[in-house]
Amino acid sequence: MILTQQLILGLLVGGLYGLAAAGLSLTFGVLRVLNVAHGELLMLGGYGTFWLFTLWQIDPFVSLLGVAPAMFVLGLLLYWALFQFVVKAHEETRIKNSLLIGFGLTLVLHALAIRLWTADERAVTTAYAGAVLRLGGLAVPWLRLTSLVLAFAILIALHLFLTKARWGRAIRATAEDWEAAALMGIPVGKTYSLAFALGTALAGIAGGLVSVSYAISPSIGLEWTLKALVVIVLAGLGSLFGSFAGGIILGLAEAMSVVFLGGPYREVVGLILFLIVLVVRPQGLFGARA
Amino acid sequence: MKLLGAGIVFVASFAALPLFTTRGDLLNLGVQIFLAVVLAQSWNLLGGYAGQINLGHAAFFGLGALVTRALWVGGTPLVLALIPGALVAMLFGLIIGVPAFRLRGAYFAIGTLGLAEILRITIGNLLPQISTIPATELASYNILPRYYLTLGMAILCVAVVALLIPSRVGLGIRAVREDEAAAEATGVSALRHKLLALALSTALSGLAGGAFAYYHVSYYPQHTFSPAWTFDAVLMSYIGGVGTVHGPVLGALFYVILRELLAVKLAEFHLIIFGTLFILVVLFLPGGLVEAWSSVRRLFVRGK
Repeated sequence: MILTQQLILGLLVGGLYGLAAAGLSLTFGVLRVLNVAHGELLMLGGYGTFWLFTLWQIDPFVSLLGVAPAMFVLGLLLYWALFQFVVKAHEETRIKNSLLIGFGLTLVLHALAIRLWTADERAVTTAYAGAVLRLGGLAVPWLRLTSLVLAFAILIALHLFLTKARWGRAIRATAEDWEAAALMGIPVGKTYSLAFALGTALAGIAGGLVSVSYAISPSIGLEWTLKALVVIVLAGLGSLFGSFAGGIILGLAEAMSVVFLGGPYREVVGLILFLIVLVVRPQGLFGARA
Repeated sequence: MKLLGAGIVFVASFAALPLFTTRGDLLNLGVQIFLAVVLAQSWNLLGGYAGQINLGHAAFFGLGALVTRALWVGGTPLVLALIPGALVAMLFGLIIGVPAFRLRGAYFAIGTLGLAEILRITIGNLLPQISTIPATELASYNILPRYYLTLGMAILCVAVVALLIPSRVGLGIRAVREDEAAAEATGVSALRHKLLALALSTALSGLAGGAFAYYHVSYYPQHTFSPAWTFDAVLMSYIGGVGTVHGPVLGALFYVILRELLAVKLAEFHLIIFGTLFILVVLFLPGGLVEAWSSVRRLFVRGK
């Protein structure tokens, strides 16, 4: 019973891992830019939701309509201010420099968040926060279930955009071969900025959902970046639903570890999985392409 | 030669400092600078010269601190406690080195970051209690031996890198950074050179951890595994000038002093400044302060 309950909770949190990973996978896959500040962007999204709720009592699910576009704009700004300088370099330097820049950004955003919101843990506590769906002896928190469904819906919408819309197809073409895409008349720079902004918006939405069902603090960034990286390594790049499935696998693996090893080791299990996959497939995350 | 002269003057003035002042804050600042020099320089050996971005440097610092602290508090003489600390860090480095070096570039970076986090969380779970120097030792606590120990380590660390880099092995290490395939083709074993750089880098980091364990009165064991140690080392190396001998030393001085000045008024603010500076260095000034200085000087020489 405890195991089933934990697996349900793991499944629910896994959807958010998947959403966080989908954003990182989009920027990594399209721009070949490894933004290790992804977790910090998620944290900012969480604080945006928290602010809107605390200052103006805006319902967190409604405020995502404001947080997502705001994060999209932030993504555009970050691309134009920082990452556009990196994408000019060739593959190996590009990944390495983007990693370093993301790392610098991590420090800045983390310190900034401490100044703005203090180091305390925060969470958005709505009136309906405690509502639980009872299934036999099992409890399924409504909020987390809604978050999972919403995460899945957002990925479907994004999938439709990438496959059907003109700009979405431009993103996929650029991911496949940016030189060929440029020759076909696709504005590669604009496509890159769009993909980066979308990835940032996804991080922001994930952060908003995290602040509702779990808790946020300025130092959650590293943890979420690692989660997203673990999922990407498990699931590979290039498929949004792959990321979603990978996230759920990680959530379930963590749930098992909570039951069998105890709560404090839940992070460790994911990281060990991550290292094993990395070392067994040293060609890295682009394995499928090589 | 000029650099060597400047270095000697530098070291002499640091060594003489306790003759002129007994101010605890200045001597403590000295210890922090020297530890920072070892951390940055040891990171630079692998990150700057061998080109392997190690984001798990804290793991080796932490291992050194853990072993040295346990032995020293248990009654082992300090020197005999420091050496096993460095050896354990190096051994761990070599064990993970073979699989880790199958990863290239950014994958090595995130792999080592993950590894260090595993260690940090595990140590935090196994040793949740704070570690404090025993009362008898505390009564006779004196900053001076800490000051000279860490100064000696900083000199040792800089000397090791300065002597290694121009040597045949040092050339091999740099060749691997520039182009692994080309290095292999000319008979330089990439793996062996990377492992050597890793072994030295991790041993020095472990030594610094041991000195920290001797210096710091009480801390949580997990604290020495905190990614902040890695991040500091990366920042100092890059801001000073990565891949040079004097860059990380300058970076450490600049970083620690500015951090202390800022901490008085604006806690946490220093990371906003250093983070921004770091990004600017990576984007526009890959040689750091060292490069900035030499281009300023060239400007003046040309001016004549």
